[in-house]
Amino acid sequence: MDKNTCMVEVARFFMDFTQNESCGKCVPCREGTKRMLEILNRIVEGKGKDGDIELLEELGEAISKTALCGLGKTAAGPVLSTIKYFRNEYEAHIYEKRCPANACAKLKKYVIDPELCKGCSKCARNCPVNAISGEIKKPFTIDQDKCIKCGACVSNCAFKAIKEA
Amino acid sequence: MDKQYMIIDGIEVTIEGERNVLELARKAGIDIPAFCYDPELSIYGACRMCMVENERGSLEASCSMLPKAGAVIKTNTAKLRKYRKMILELLLANHCRDCTICPKSGNCKLQEFAYKFNITDVRFPNNSCQLGSQDKSSVSIVRDSSKCILCGKCVRMCAEVQNVGAIDYAYRGSKKKIATAFDGPIANSPCVGCGQCAAVCPVGAIVVKDDADKVWDAIGDKNTYVDVQVAPAVRVALGKELGLEEGTPLMGKLVTALKEVGFDAVYDTSFGADMTVLEEANEFVGRLSGNGKLPMFTSCCPAWIRFAENKYPEFLSNISTCRSPMQMFAPVLKEAYKGDKKHVHVAIMPCTAKKFEGKRDEFKDKDGNPYVDYVLTTQEVIRMIKEAGIDFKALEDSACDNPFEEITGAGVIFGVTGGVTEAVLRYASSDKSEKALEEITYTGVRGFEGVKEATVKIGDKDVKIAVVSGLNNTSVLLDKIKSGDVYYDLVEVMSCPGGCVNGGGQPQAEREARHYRADGLYKADGVEVKKSSEQNTAVVKLLASMDEHKKHEILHVHYKGNK
Ligand code: SF4
Ligand code: SF4
Ligand code: SF4
Ligand code: SF4
Ligand code: SF4
Repeated sequence: MDKNTCMVEVARFFMDFTQNESCGKCVPCREGTKRMLEILNRIVEGKGKDGDIELLEELGEAISKTALCGLGKTAAGPVLSTIKYFRNEYEAHIYEKRCPANACAKLKKYVIDPELCKGCSKCARNCPVNAISGEIKKPFTIDQDKCIKCGACVSNCAFKAIKEA
Repeated sequence: MDKQYMIIDGIEVTIEGERNVLELARKAGIDIPAFCYDPELSIYGACRMCMVENERGSLEASCSMLPKAGAVIKTNTAKLRKYRKMILELLLANHCRDCTICPKSGNCKLQEFAYKFNITDVRFPNNSCQLGSQDKSSVSIVRDSSKCILCGKCVRMCAEVQNVGAIDYAYRGSKKKIATAFDGPIANSPCVGCGQCAAVCPVGAIVVKDDADKVWDAIGDKNTYVDVQVAPAVRVALGKELGLEEGTPLMGKLVTALKEVGFDAVYDTSFGADMTVLEEANEFVGRLSGNGKLPMFTSCCPAWIRFAENKYPEFLSNISTCRSPMQMFAPVLKEAYKGDKKHVHVAIMPCTAKKFEGKRDEFKDKDGNPYVDYVLTTQEVIRMIKEAGIDFKALEDSACDNPFEEITGAGVIFGVTGGVTEAVLRYASSDKSEKALEEITYTGVRGFEGVKEATVKIGDKDVKIAVVSGLNNTSVLLDKIKSGDVYYDLVEVMSCPGGCVNGGGQPQAEREARHYRADGLYKADGVEVKKSSEQNTAVVKLLASMDEHKKHEILHVHYKGNK
């Protein structure tokens, strides 16, 4: 794990795993882990809402205290400890729609550095959703609402003008 | 030894062999909430509602916690309330909460707890109301997976108490559900229709199939004559739902109510039961003297018949060929009606399996019409009475209609385990004094134990009798009979634990209530002057008027089996 590891994604990954392992017998583990995964999924997709961190904490505590077996009692561990130590990362995802580790695909943002862009239009021609526009020989820009974060433009730019932000 | 006790919410509660802390607390009047616990089933520990907190603040499920002398626990702390609310919120989030159109509304544990714990908001998205969540294939019960909270009571009931195993858990994690083998419709499973799963389901995920609409239609049609027979166990299970005491025998009020609902005539299935007693006793005496196989099994429980067909076909010829009281009485009533309207005959039963019996080919007349057109359960009739706006409490008593109003105590006690046997013994006993009848009650045929045994003298023969209720108890007994470990001449079998008073069509009730119902039937027996079936002169006359052919046609049945 390093600065490129997103802690929210790590927690989501573990929760996905536990969800698959849950036998489904007791309510907190069966229903609770499902809801935690649901919330984590929306956070990494940039759809997190105010109150989600608190709801995760509440669910995590209830599951840990009431689940029937060891799997359930430890299921919420990774979420609770990442919230404890990396709360700011959760907040960035939810309130700024930004992944500090630049790992969450749906939260990535590509921008063209106007200093480096030569206005060659190669990126625009390679964008599958026509999110890039501009005048030849002037800096191009990316329409963030249209962009699907595929990254095709980055590898097509000969001048390394497109960056993740 | 000194008394051992536990301290629950500051109350010293003496430990007297309770199976868990939950039972111990309930004894002390502290009702710990639970969905998946049932005193008659194995412990499952899945709903986590029953958790309690110890002195160190750690939590444990009280259903799975053994009473421990000196231990101090609390059942209602801030922490516990918080977690219980979360569990409820999680269940509600995954539950199709359309209470207003749910058959369980008003009797639902989830609804009750959601209210008691003041759940006013569910913070998770819910898309659990799905088309196709219902399985209506059975004539006895309706299942709805969108209402299931996976408490597992139905599975345990069906496997542990009934040894049927028609339903089980399928899949894992949040995909877990209750399903038949290969997830097919329940009608294609070995389900015997006893409805005991519905009797323990805390929510609307398994309910009695409701046929009241069809009966309302018949009642509303002025060209149709609709009469009804009422089984013994029904009269003692209506009270609580209709504002009276649980277990009170209420046949008189029920007759009045049914007339107000619009039935043209009301009869008591106890009349049919007297017919059964006389006919079955004759068959038994015949078998005792070499005419047919022994032991003879009673035949009035349709779930038992289906169970035998599925699992013990080798015993089918041991089952009495006598029809159930409902099916003896129905053709008599069909024949007795001489009017020119269309005749629809309804039976009100404590039983979901009777709905199936009513539809069996064996009980159709020559033209293929069923003798019993519709079987309603006690639950459905209670709702009809409520729907009709009848103030049941205030009703006067009425008598059943002529010419079948004569009944005996013997016919009434059919509704409780051991009742059929006791009725037969009353008939077989040459001494009809009060003392002799009382002695019969002490032979061991009364009581709620799953298996009871008695030996009685009939003529100069010692007759060995077993009375069994619950199909798992029955299986154990049958296996012993098969291996030769035990021998009986007569075996009474009722599928529902405790007999029809606890049938799947009765309003849901706690353990104590079931005892009140049985007591109620014995009370109703107590007020009947005539105690023994052969004292029912109308029945005797009716039977005497039938020749052997007729008797064979309408009093007996040969099950074709379903294989
Ligand atoms: S990342 Fe994909 S969609 Fe976005 S600008 Fe580049 S090529 Fe276009
Ligand atoms: S099962 Fe209970 S909570 Fe669910 S819809 Fe029916 S009445 Fe309401
Ligand atoms: S009706 Fe009886 S046999 Fe059928 S599933 Fe329910 S408990 Fe099992
Ligand atoms: S159907 Fe009813 S009894 Fe069976 S698991 Fe679901 S909620 Fe429990
Ligand atoms: S014991 Fe009675 S209520 Fe239960 S299935 Fe048999 S006949 Fe029906």
